[in-house]
Amino acid sequence: MSEERTLQAIAALVPEGSRVLDLGCGDGALLDLLQRQRGCSGYGVELDDAKVLACLRRGVQVLQLNLDQGLSVFGDQSFDVVLQIDTLQHLRNAEVMLRETARVGRTGIVAFPNFAHWPNRLSVLLGRMPVTRRLPYQWYDTPNIRVGTYRDFADLAARNHLHIEDSFGLQDGHQVRIGPNWRASTAVFKFRR
Amino acid sequence: MTLIATPQTMRFDEPLALQSGASIRQYELVYETYGQLNAQRSNAVLICHALNASHHVAGAYADAPEQLGWWDNMVGPGKPVDTNRFFVIGVNNLGSCFGSTGPMHVNPDTGRVWGADFPVVTVEDWVQAQARLLDRLGIAQLAAVMGGSLGGMQALSWTLQFPERVRHAVVVASAPNLNAENIAFNEVARRAIVTDPDFHGGHFYAHGAVPRRGLRIARMIGHITYLSDDVMNAKFGRELRQAVNNASGYKFSTQDVEFQIESYLRHQGDKFSEYFDANTYLLITRALDYFDPARAHGGDLARALAQTQARFLLVSFSTDWRFSPARSREIVQALIANRREVSYAEIDAPHGHDAFLLDDPRYLSAVRAFFDETVGRQA
Repeated sequence: MSEERTLQAIAALVPEGSRVLDLGCGDGALLDLLQRQRGCSGYGVELDDAKVLACLRRGVQVLQLNLDQGLSVFGDQSFDVVLQIDTLQHLRNAEVMLRETARVGRTGIVAFPNFAHWPNRLSVLLGRMPVTRRLPYQWYDTPNIRVGTYRDFADLAARNHLHIEDSFGLQDGHQVRIGPNWRASTAVFKFRR
Repeated sequence: MTLIATPQTMRFDEPLALQSGASIRQYELVYETYGQLNAQRSNAVLICHALNASHHVAGAYADAPEQLGWWDNMVGPGKPVDTNRFFVIGVNNLGSCFGSTGPMHVNPDTGRVWGADFPVVTVEDWVQAQARLLDRLGIAQLAAVMGGSLGGMQALSWTLQFPERVRHAVVVASAPNLNAENIAFNEVARRAIVTDPDFHGGHFYAHGAVPRRGLRIARMIGHITYLSDDVMNAKFGRELRQAVNNASGYKFSTQDVEFQIESYLRHQGDKFSEYFDANTYLLITRALDYFDPARAHGGDLARALAQTQARFLLVSFSTDWRFSPARSREIVQALIANRREVSYAEIDAPHGHDAFLLDDPRYLSAVRAFFDETVGRQA
């Protein structure tokens, strides 16, 4: 999901000059963009050695931590924005991390592959797990241990008393505001406690 | 091409006031430098050494090409800390036994060898002495200060004592203080030395003796704590040194070397006792014990680190139980609480504490990237 258009669409949600924590920051491309184009500052969190190195090579501040061990090194409301971009689906404790995101950040932004996107529905209807550009893995070797839909996330957010400020689908870098649950391959939620 | 290192000596005649209230009237620091100081004097990197190392960080001596510096894999031309780009300084600390003024030298006030009377020096004192060396070298501000283990404590201390003189700090396999277990290991080592009959209350030089037995045991216990369980098992396991020709292969002796690990530890102990000074061992382990910058702030490390200005890189190793990743994360957490600039690499390496001296490509690349992209950008 590191295509430039998608990064730009997410970056547009982050107010200029924000202090940002990017959970599962990958190679640091988004933080780099936020720092250069929107005057933001902050840290990325990443577990993978190669990605941590990529961040250091970009000069992006990165902390090599395992998100499944929680966010205890970060104080309450210590960031303007906490990002979880394509991270949620890899987390064992996705719900705890959602609450932690809301604790640490004044605003949380979550993006993840929307399983209810129509090609996925069609695939399951035909009796097969979907293999698409957005979900490129076979069912038996996917790193995505949490598969959910746009609508599912709205329910989870409500259950955790999160206030959703904005939500939409993303398809080919464009916002999908009508029928995002079936029309968009990516779900995006902006919320606060 | 091997870097040729040349040790130099700087003499200081103005007394150094120590944290304990004592002072050292005059002293010498032995140091080495590698690379060229640039015209702006902005590319200096200070390397701080740990327990048994010295100013000889990198390269070899012209007359001893086999004597490579202790961090030669890290520092040198084209290495992660690239001496083609940075002016790197290695300095031997006060109280050491590798050239700088220490317990083996003569106390100018008494005309006798210091021995056990050498004043207790702390990490903070070492940093003060290092700062004076930089003054003499005309270096107002360091591009970076770097160290592993006890050396990492000095790097951290630099950012607290001279925040405006350090742009970057690289703290590897270190801790904000020693925990009880860690002090306990040091104490066992010290007792082994002090209770050796050849120690003579620390004035063994006058008796023509060396407390080798104590030093050996101190080194053996230290060595165990620098390795991981996994590495020790992989390297030695239960392998016998020399199987005897009977059903079990055992010698059935309580005092002979039976297992390979025993042979290894004895060898390490023997080697160490040949070159290391007993009083230095006591002094350096005490400096480790005393280091605790949070102490002056009610134990609040975040408050202690509020005065830092440097940009940090911290590195820890997953199997290091002497300076565990959790201790490095405490420093990271305190820096984050102060909104300081920090990156942190937790390397999943099998080698325990020793990993900070070894050639793990993930570790070396992380340091290289930090020096190339962050330290170098402003040098």
